[in-house]
Amino acid sequence: MAFVIKVNGASHSVDADRDTPLLWVLRDNLGMTGTKFGCGVAQCGACTVFLDGKPLRSCSLPVSAVGEHEVTTIEGVAGPEAEAVQRAWIARDVPQCGYCQSGQVMSAIALLREVRKPDDRDIDLAMNGNICRCATYVRIRAAIKDAAGTL
Amino acid sequence: MTNGIQVSRRGMLQGMGGLVLAFTLPIANARAQSGAANVFRPMGTATGVLAPNAFLRVAPDDTVTILVKHIELGQGPLTGLSTLVAEEMDADWSQVRAELAPSNPELYKNLMFGIQGTGGSTAIANSYEQMRKAGAVARAMLVAAAAQTWSVQSSEITVEKGVLRHAKSNREGRFGEFAQTADRLPIPDDAPLKDPANFRLIGSDDGTVKRVDSAAKSTGKQVFTIDVREPDMLTVVVQRPPRFGGRVASVDAAAARAVPGVVDVKTIPGGVAVYANGTWPAIKGRKALRVQWDESRAEKRGSEQLIAEYRALAQKPGAVAGSHGDTQAAFNNADRVIEAEFVFPYLAHAPMEPLDGFIHWDGQQARARFASQLTTVDHQTIARVLGVPMERVALQPLLGGGSFGRRSQQTAHLADELAQAAKAMGPGRPLKLVWTREDDIRGGYYRPLTLHRMRGAIRDGRIAAWSDTIVNQSILKGSPMENMLKNGIDPTSVEGAQSLPYDIPDFRCDLHTTDVGVPVLWWRSVGHSHTGYAVECFIDELLQETGQDPVAGRLALMEKAPRHAGVLRAVADLARWVSPEPVNGRARGVAVVESFHSYIAQIAEVSLTDAGPRVHNVWCAVDCGVAVNPDVIRAQMEGGIGYGLGHALFAEVTLDEGRPVPGNFDAYRSLRIHEMPLVEVAIVRSTEKPTGVGEPGVPPIGPAIANALARLGVERPRRLPVVRETV
Repeated sequence: MAFVIKVNGASHSVDADRDTPLLWVLRDNLGMTGTKFGCGVAQCGACTVFLDGKPLRSCSLPVSAVGEHEVTTIEGVAGPEAEAVQRAWIARDVPQCGYCQSGQVMSAIALLREVRKPDDRDIDLAMNGNICRCATYVRIRAAIKDAAGTL
Repeated sequence: MTNGIQVSRRGMLQGMGGLVLAFTLPIANARAQSGAANVFRPMGTATGVLAPNAFLRVAPDDTVTILVKHIELGQGPLTGLSTLVAEEMDADWSQVRAELAPSNPELYKNLMFGIQGTGGSTAIANSYEQMRKAGAVARAMLVAAAAQTWSVQSSEITVEKGVLRHAKSNREGRFGEFAQTADRLPIPDDAPLKDPANFRLIGSDDGTVKRVDSAAKSTGKQVFTIDVREPDMLTVVVQRPPRFGGRVASVDAAAARAVPGVVDVKTIPGGVAVYANGTWPAIKGRKALRVQWDESRAEKRGSEQLIAEYRALAQKPGAVAGSHGDTQAAFNNADRVIEAEFVFPYLAHAPMEPLDGFIHWDGQQARARFASQLTTVDHQTIARVLGVPMERVALQPLLGGGSFGRRSQQTAHLADELAQAAKAMGPGRPLKLVWTREDDIRGGYYRPLTLHRMRGAIRDGRIAAWSDTIVNQSILKGSPMENMLKNGIDPTSVEGAQSLPYDIPDFRCDLHTTDVGVPVLWWRSVGHSHTGYAVECFIDELLQETGQDPVAGRLALMEKAPRHAGVLRAVADLARWVSPEPVNGRARGVAVVESFHSYIAQIAEVSLTDAGPRVHNVWCAVDCGVAVNPDVIRAQMEGGIGYGLGHALFAEVTLDEGRPVPGNFDAYRSLRIHEMPLVEVAIVRSTEKPTGVGEPGVPPIGPAIANALARLGVERPRRLPVVRETV
């Protein structure tokens, strides 16, 4: 089936079964591979994108449910929070293997758009859906605070 | 599985702890390896690139590109090996780029393995001199080129941060300006290495040396195997048997073939491969398969049955792995004998990026790209399956989204499956093989289920004797490295237990090697993942039973283990250790473990909540010899602590009549951010040769937590994971 979805400000026509998760449409149909597959069951957060600005696990949203909603991926995310988070991530050398970090960065940006100066509890609540098997959590927490300090 | 690799003890290096691989290779076969010439002279002399050896090139644009022979899995070799080269070149860090070297066992072998491969925390240890020499040669050639250009003496030229300078004539120039001239000069066999006192990048901890891969990994731009896309590419998923050792009896693929996007279905040796236009159709197609399995030779025992069998075995003495004194007499003469049994589950590595691989087979040659960790074994396996010599296979390793040992396969089962999928499909279309998370967690190659039966003799208030009977499967037996077994003992089963840093008069460690049809593999820190826990819990228990402080008591037994004692003192200082006893409900536990010749001590501060143990703080001291990249070392300690903690608390792959039960992160619990303690790391200053940090951060955290729990009135958990015991 053909679906038209809006990703990073542009409309894309994609041919996919209606139950195809948005994750695989982004990666396989549109070639946007920054969004990662980690579990397929909304447990790990590696596939986090924004739907109308809210973080969402793209592995668990069928393409047929995207409709008119605006999808933002790591390739298209922008704005002061995005810049602050990615700058802090690089300055702290947060990533190890790096595979989960697109999702971590997206969740962190969403947090800072909601809460300007998050405390540890805010960070726990916003970030505990994102697994990092390298356990870079110490630096993720520090980088979010660094980023908040620059906003 | 055989893969044509002959193994001998010849390659075993004396003095290397833990994992030392021993391969011999038909190297002649590899000499003509495609791509090698390109690497050696990557852009040809016409473009003015200096390529003095296989490890670096200097371009006219002034970039220095390091070809890194160890794959990046997060542990930092892209940064580490680049640091070594750049140091001796006196390059500026901003001009340094890093790339993974292609497969070429002659040029890029791990000097400790004899083949190209990453593992055993060896990347820095085996590269330390080799990479520095590569950089020193390049520096000497650039200096000679500048001397020739300026008609001055080489000895009068200085180099700093990528700038060559002749002070007398007030001339200076950057590396790129001299690359072309330098490349026409003879390559010196050797060039002097720096006095470590003059290191500017090695050991730098002022932010000069940043990881080379952080930017790509923070912006979604880093390409992993799963991101590889080529025109006409098919995605492959494989239905594997539900029990290990099962085989395909019959397949009804009609419904699978009817799924839109499914292109083909083939039976391969390991299962049934579904080929599709995209990942989702492949997964859907696989769901629609109806496969009958022949389970006549499958493993059908469950975890509880295996544990019961192991427990019975542990009552009898096994093959002796280490002994001194007379333990029998000591136990007979003991005032008291203390016993403890520790049981460790099968563990999946569960790297964030599940296993995957890309291959394009055209009937004559193959091109493969994936996070190949035992690169030469993978390379040979692909060539063998496709029936071509190695030089007709070009293998380019890619960065891996984690590994923790999972991508280091002495059996090359992933490369085998990838090549089998290509062979079954026939030449033509590029293929990307993808494992799902369920494939990963239920796919075997686990840390072996292990049981330790410990006995300690107390006499006159002192620890008089120690006995440890270990029961588990061998990782090496039945693999191409089987002849690393010594007298039937797999060194990876007993490392860390067969000798102790503690001076105990009578000592014995023995091993029962079991025969179970569950494939097992090295899991971050290998044998130390269980021996560290068993030894450090039990010594702590014996010290507690004899009324001794966990730190002072250990130190009193460590006269012959100065580096163990060094990190223990350092961590006690860092944590301002007073006593293990609880303050405001928080108790402290300590553990010290050497693995892969790095020494790590940790102190954990723990409280008990309704949801189980809560780990608030961890202090860590590490002695890994010369600290090449202090911030990478800290990161590996933080990550090792988180990895060790998550598994100690939550992780277990249970088998139900042979079938792995958990399939995803809902049932195979991973540590999450709110469970991560604060971590403070002290790096002990050392001039010893550098050793690895990828694995050694893991072993101490489990026993440190258990030892803290013991001070909160909870018995040290006898069976992991911990939460099954205390909740």
